[in-house]
Amino acid sequence: MNDSRDLQPVPPQESRRPKRNLFAFLEGWLYLLPSIILFGVFVFYPMFRTIYLSFFLADQMGPFEFVGLENYQYILSSDSFQSSVKATILFVLYTVPAGILLALFLALLTNEKIKGIGIFRTLFSSTMGMSVAASSVIWMFMYNPSIGVFSRIAEWLGFPAIQWLQDPDYALLAVSLSTVWMNAGFAYLIILGGLQNIDTHLYENAKVAGVSYLYQLRRITLPMLSPTLFFIVTVSFINSFQTFGQIDILTKGGPVESTNVIVYSIYKDAFINNDVGSASAQAVILFFCVLLLTALQFKLGERKVHYQ
Amino acid sequence: MILAKRISLYTVLVICAIIMMFPIFYAFSISFMDGGEVMGGQLLPSSLSLDNYLEVFQKVPLLTYLLNSFVTSAIVMIGQLLVSSLAAFAFVFMKFKGRDFVFFLFISTMMIPWEATMVPNFMTIQSLGWTNSYLGLTIPFFALAFGTFLLRQHFKTIPQELYEASQVAGISRFRFFWNVILPVSRSSLITLGIYSFLTNWNMYLWPLLVTNTESARTVQIGLKQLQTQEIASDWGIVMAGVVIVILPTLLLLFAGQKKLQKGLTQGAIK
Repeated sequence: MNDSRDLQPVPPQESRRPKRNLFAFLEGWLYLLPSIILFGVFVFYPMFRTIYLSFFLADQMGPFEFVGLENYQYILSSDSFQSSVKATILFVLYTVPAGILLALFLALLTNEKIKGIGIFRTLFSSTMGMSVAASSVIWMFMYNPSIGVFSRIAEWLGFPAIQWLQDPDYALLAVSLSTVWMNAGFAYLIILGGLQNIDTHLYENAKVAGVSYLYQLRRITLPMLSPTLFFIVTVSFINSFQTFGQIDILTKGGPVESTNVIVYSIYKDAFINNDVGSASAQAVILFFCVLLLTALQFKLGERKVHYQ
Repeated sequence: MILAKRISLYTVLVICAIIMMFPIFYAFSISFMDGGEVMGGQLLPSSLSLDNYLEVFQKVPLLTYLLNSFVTSAIVMIGQLLVSSLAAFAFVFMKFKGRDFVFFLFISTMMIPWEATMVPNFMTIQSLGWTNSYLGLTIPFFALAFGTFLLRQHFKTIPQELYEASQVAGISRFRFFWNVILPVSRSSLITLGIYSFLTNWNMYLWPLLVTNTESARTVQIGLKQLQTQEIASDWGIVMAGVVIVILPTLLLLFAGQKKLQKGLTQGAIK
């Protein structure tokens, strides 16, 4: 993402031949045209349209009354939006660190060269092939208070049965746990790839020097892995802000809005309550959160990350 | 590695594998159980009966859903490969005014969360009359910044001399792209293809918005429908549906895991 630097500048001698230059210009744009049109219609236009709609009272037919910042005032003061912000932040905190640590742990385990490791690599990456809908249905069964496996374990250990998805104290945790599992495959695959890119000479030298595994981990593996970790942290943050499927299937934002994360809240306002103005205002807030997060991580990451 | 260390490593690996694979194993196991066994909370079915699999096709038009998912994923895959490779080719092999600006535009699309734009996108699809059709399910996803960057990364490793030689030989740029660049980039194209098929097969929110008829639905929405309608009565049937839906992507992932891992890391980091 940060490689705009290595784009070669247009060499000056070409500008002396205006005709050829014009042709190159047109041909270049022709190759980019499909992308530009599609991005224009399905990314940039709707982004501006969302900002525009956020200043109006609107339904699915379009805007009907300009209200300025009223949508923003309304959502910022509404309890529902506040609980949605709280749910989103908690959800991000529950899922991102745990998910990355789990993936890192599994990747370190399977970075050893031993017999049969390929099988474990395949198994650990398998959740990447699982859709959110399918995974959610499976977890829904596992959380079933009477026959699900979690209740069985709780019962076996002598704990009272918990209504995982119906209890406002546990629902978000339950959804988060299932999300950590769902996202593990992708994060694992990325981190394993990063580990395998590390120059093996570094480890050979460490072996000669006879340093401990933990020292090696702290001084070689993690620093060399930092660009990968930096990438996966950014992507995981953005992904978890965009969570929708598991909420829709497992809890529908309930109970008492404890799992009403931002994208679900946008969806509900736009397509169920038919309040497109409020949905747009929330979408704009989501947009700025993601933008801020990406910018912040780039700024912080640039300094701390060790590039080879 | 000393034996004790090796054994403990295998032990940890096996425990992790059991925990990670448990939900998938559980789904397979339950898909073979009858109602009584499910209610009894058994871990393993007493027989490998296929009744649930036969029945799930009666409960919902799963065949239609599978076909829809397959066709849309394939269309998006081909579309993304074409559109992304054209753009990546222009970024690597052509120099023209405004290229850096367009490159910046591509980067900025990655910062716009798709969910923030879904309402106007839905309206666009509606006004084009593309709801409940393959058009609405596929065309919005043809352009992909990530795919363009991934392919650009690979195109950059192709020696510039090859390009110069082709120009000397008088081969047109498009033929060079089609007959030289695409064939030598096969492995990157396969990686991106697997990635895009997986993501589109698994897409949930967009098909939920733009399809509302049984003939247009995709499998993921079919699962939601199955789950809402069968929940109280028959988990065995629901799980049979789950297994049918995850099987194609699991197999694809098993086959392409190495390629995917390499490609994703390249596109992501460098």
